[in-house]
Amino acid sequence: MPGPRTSPTPSRARHRLAPWGRIAGLALCALLTLGPVIWTVSTSLRTPAESFDLPPKIIPTDPTVDAYRGVFDQIDVWLYALNSALVTALIAAGQMITAGLAGYAFARLEFRFKKPLFALVLATMMVPLQVTMVPVFLELKTMGLTDTLLGLIVPAFPTAFGTFLMRQYFLGMPKDLGEAAMIDGAGPWRVFRSVYAPLAAPGLAIVGVLAFNYHWNEFFRPLILETSTENLTLPLGLVSLQGNLGTGSISVVLAGVVLSMIPAVIVFVVGQRPLREGITSAGVNR
Amino acid sequence: MTNTEIRPVGPEPARTRRNRRTGQTRKASESTAATTIRTRGTRLLAVLFLAPTVVGIVVFTVVPIAGSVVLSLFQWDVIDDPRWAGAANYREILTDSTVLVSFRNTLVFMVLAVALQLLIALVLAIAVNGRMPKWLRSVFRSAFFFPLVLSAASISVVMKYLFNQDFGPVNWLLGTVGIPSVPWLTSENGAMAAVVLAYVWQQFGFSFLLFVGGLNNIPKEVHEAASLDGASGVRKHLAITLPLLSPTLLVASVVGIINALQVFEQPYVLTAGGPGDSTRTVVMVIYETAFEQLRFGEASAVGVLLFALIMAVTALQFRLSRRYVHYQ
Repeated sequence: MPGPRTSPTPSRARHRLAPWGRIAGLALCALLTLGPVIWTVSTSLRTPAESFDLPPKIIPTDPTVDAYRGVFDQIDVWLYALNSALVTALIAAGQMITAGLAGYAFARLEFRFKKPLFALVLATMMVPLQVTMVPVFLELKTMGLTDTLLGLIVPAFPTAFGTFLMRQYFLGMPKDLGEAAMIDGAGPWRVFRSVYAPLAAPGLAIVGVLAFNYHWNEFFRPLILETSTENLTLPLGLVSLQGNLGTGSISVVLAGVVLSMIPAVIVFVVGQRPLREGITSAGVNR
Repeated sequence: MTNTEIRPVGPEPARTRRNRRTGQTRKASESTAATTIRTRGTRLLAVLFLAPTVVGIVVFTVVPIAGSVVLSLFQWDVIDDPRWAGAANYREILTDSTVLVSFRNTLVFMVLAVALQLLIALVLAIAVNGRMPKWLRSVFRSAFFFPLVLSAASISVVMKYLFNQDFGPVNWLLGTVGIPSVPWLTSENGAMAAVVLAYVWQQFGFSFLLFVGGLNNIPKEVHEAASLDGASGVRKHLAITLPLLSPTLLVASVVGIINALQVFEQPYVLTAGGPGDSTRTVVMVIYETAFEQLRFGEASAVGVLLFALIMAVTALQFRLSRRYVHYQ
């Protein structure tokens, strides 16, 4: 990547070494970071005999998609992917709605107990999921929601972080817009619906992308809640793939990993900006 | 109560002023009536807007916290009725060697993982922030942030092969620079190191993004002034960048610690807590106690202790931070 671009003017000579040394170091780190992913993709395309070759050949000598066929033979990829997609999409949509509404209320509406309620929402960002998991499991059990996809979806609707993010977002919008609409006779609902909600789309996208990324990869809650094979999500299916490995090659396992990465990678490419902004903006509890 | 008096205070003054500007001579009584109706609508809207979030948080976070505390005082296997246990669960878990070891492991893991994660992220963020073509900067940024979008569980499956002692690429790579093969997953220290490395590999991008954001907020002139005074690169960063970045460092370390104390996927998939109990973490113990052994009371007691630990560490962090965090 570097190389031909150099040829600095004499005055910049002192700086020449430092930036390129730094960039080479960064390139090495980037390679190490992406290394495991590159290895996974390339190994998933190798034949079983080749899969343990060292040094690992990045480009397989005779690439094959046998491993991918193996994944489809061993686990019901389509079903798990469908489960994952359903759960993730509904949670993302639900979080966008709840966080959008609550964020707006905290930013723009007047009501009693606003401050203590907001403090409550913020405080729950600090509570680790694992601490509440046992009682949540028991609650879901009494509701008859254990081992259902609904039991995975409903508890994930309220999002403290998303609410916080949307509140900041609405606070950043000029107040005059709403006041102008009110002078024109718009009620509070109309002000929200026609003036502020459309402006909130980028903020909602951040909430949606973060939710998608987090819940697509989620492992702990599905592991506890889902016991029937037909309710598994993709990460659980993959880890189970590892179990009946005795006979197969690691290529099959890695092919499964690659398959599960695809949507995450798509979201990364399409939603990189919202993802980055969401993480940077407060960086709590993902 | 005082409801009726409080009601108009917020939006009222602004609106009367506007009303005076538009509507010519509107009587005071009329405008109050209009405001009251509008405020009532606002309050109804607030209730409707907040209901899903607040009810959800109460049902799925607040009640469960209380539930955890209550459950920790009972013995319960879900099948029979709960039996009062008082402090017995706590006494039991505090003398259970596996539980104690899991707390020690989690703390060791936290210290190693957070230190490594912050160090790597900081160095890379400073390096990326230096002079370079824009496209290259965004390539690096994306590369370091990429592992964050992958599933910790499935990437841990991959790591299991990478860390294999005999045919894993990690040992092969170390071999090329003359380091003898390491029993990553089969020795106690190796397993902890592998779990830490797998976790840090996936997580450092998070701190990295926070630092890149923090560095962008430092005014350029500060560094230019330091360079004019003849400060060297390293010196400049230690004396200027770090103090100015300290609020971001605080956030990154608090979030890093809270997340690290909850580590689960990596040890669960990579080492299954072994060899022995050497990588068994607190969350793994909660999971096993509750959902494999059906000892819900004891599991809740461990959860309450973990919660207390997280709160204590976070509080300590904020206390210490008073000494070294500088706000501009």
